[in-house]
Amino acid sequence: MMPRPLSVLHRVEEYPGTVTLQLGAADNQPLPAFLPGQFNMLYAFGCGEVPISFSSMAPADGRYCHTIKTLGAATGALTKLRPGDSVGVRGPFGHGWPVAKMAGRDVIIIAGGLGLAPLRPVIQALLNELNTTGNMRLFYGARQPSELLYRDELAQWSKLFAVQTTVDMADARWRGHIGNVNSVLTPSMFPSNSIALVCGPEVMMRYAIGELLKKQLPPEAIYLSMERNMKCATGHCGHCQWGPQFVCKDGPVFCYRDIQDWFHIREL
Amino acid sequence: MALVGSLTQHPFFRGMTMADLQLIAACGARKSFAAGDYLGREGHSADHFYLILRGQVSIEIYFPERGALRLQTLSDGDIAGWSWLFPPYRWRFDLRAQTSVDTIALDGCRLRAECDRDPRLGYDLMQRFAAIMTDRLQATRLQLVDLYSHHAGAGS
Repeated sequence: MMPRPLSVLHRVEEYPGTVTLQLGAADNQPLPAFLPGQFNMLYAFGCGEVPISFSSMAPADGRYCHTIKTLGAATGALTKLRPGDSVGVRGPFGHGWPVAKMAGRDVIIIAGGLGLAPLRPVIQALLNELNTTGNMRLFYGARQPSELLYRDELAQWSKLFAVQTTVDMADARWRGHIGNVNSVLTPSMFPSNSIALVCGPEVMMRYAIGELLKKQLPPEAIYLSMERNMKCATGHCGHCQWGPQFVCKDGPVFCYRDIQDWFHIREL
Repeated sequence: MALVGSLTQHPFFRGMTMADLQLIAACGARKSFAAGDYLGREGHSADHFYLILRGQVSIEIYFPERGALRLQTLSDGDIAGWSWLFPPYRWRFDLRAQTSVDTIALDGCRLRAECDRDPRLGYDLMQRFAAIMTDRLQATRLQLVDLYSHHAGAGS
């Protein structure tokens, strides 16, 4: 599967080293549709290819939106792209969030750091399509206030549904909560029909899932988005094999019920 | 009596006998703080601990050159303070109201005396505080890990 060259149409620096890019076809041809939670393989020419989740449904006019953090050579090259530059794109790939299962249920969204990026499309979809406003709660933890993503949108969301942000560290200017995500999750009560979506560093997800299970949420009501070393994105190369599954093809979103037997096996 | 009702509803006291709750309620009083007020100051006598009924309280440490650094936030349903349990019975950090805060303030000196008189009650309370300390320690460790600095994001 060949990467398709797309152009960077818009670039926003979320905070130093992390950018959100809008990509579109130079010939204005429509791009394949995607679902919240799916990802594209983004190819920084001459540097390498990395899987990056879609981070917004908003540019519905045939554009893709991806939020990328500099961690290595390929992501470093991608974050340096400017409007007009080209990037190779393969996708969309993978299974996304179970949007159809959320209708009529309370939706608990737990995000850590860049983990808000793959969750933003599902929040937007729920707000736009299913009109579940009022039954959604977002718990979002970040390293520090300046590393909270999509701050304007967070402010908008907080007018529509319960948004609880927390940071690990902050100076005196921050008037919000300080502590990890679980510290805001622990005192909360959730109705029995709730469904939880979790995305963030794996350690954070382990503790968040532990808290959800303590609150009697059944494993089949918990979904998480996993990160693994994805290369081909089509389930052929085996790099992202995780137990009997491939994260690229069977995930990256999994139901906790289906992976709980090997979620805690650190050798996998 | 109203204080016993509030204690009964507080998760910290879940499962405690009515006799114990009445004894503890006799050591307590409702107390409110305005934003910016200190509930406890580092080095000062820790005579009380607080059940936070409503509002946000910061655990802070003061640096002469940087001012107060906020370490953690406590809010509705949290317990603030365990320095009253251990010598030298002095606050180790500042506790400051970040918003207006309603609490039940419990007299630690009286409770310690009751625990000395009734080790069963003392053991029960100690278990409850140990669980809170464990949770707080775990939360602090997760903060220390700097979880997010090397996180590339899902799909990566």
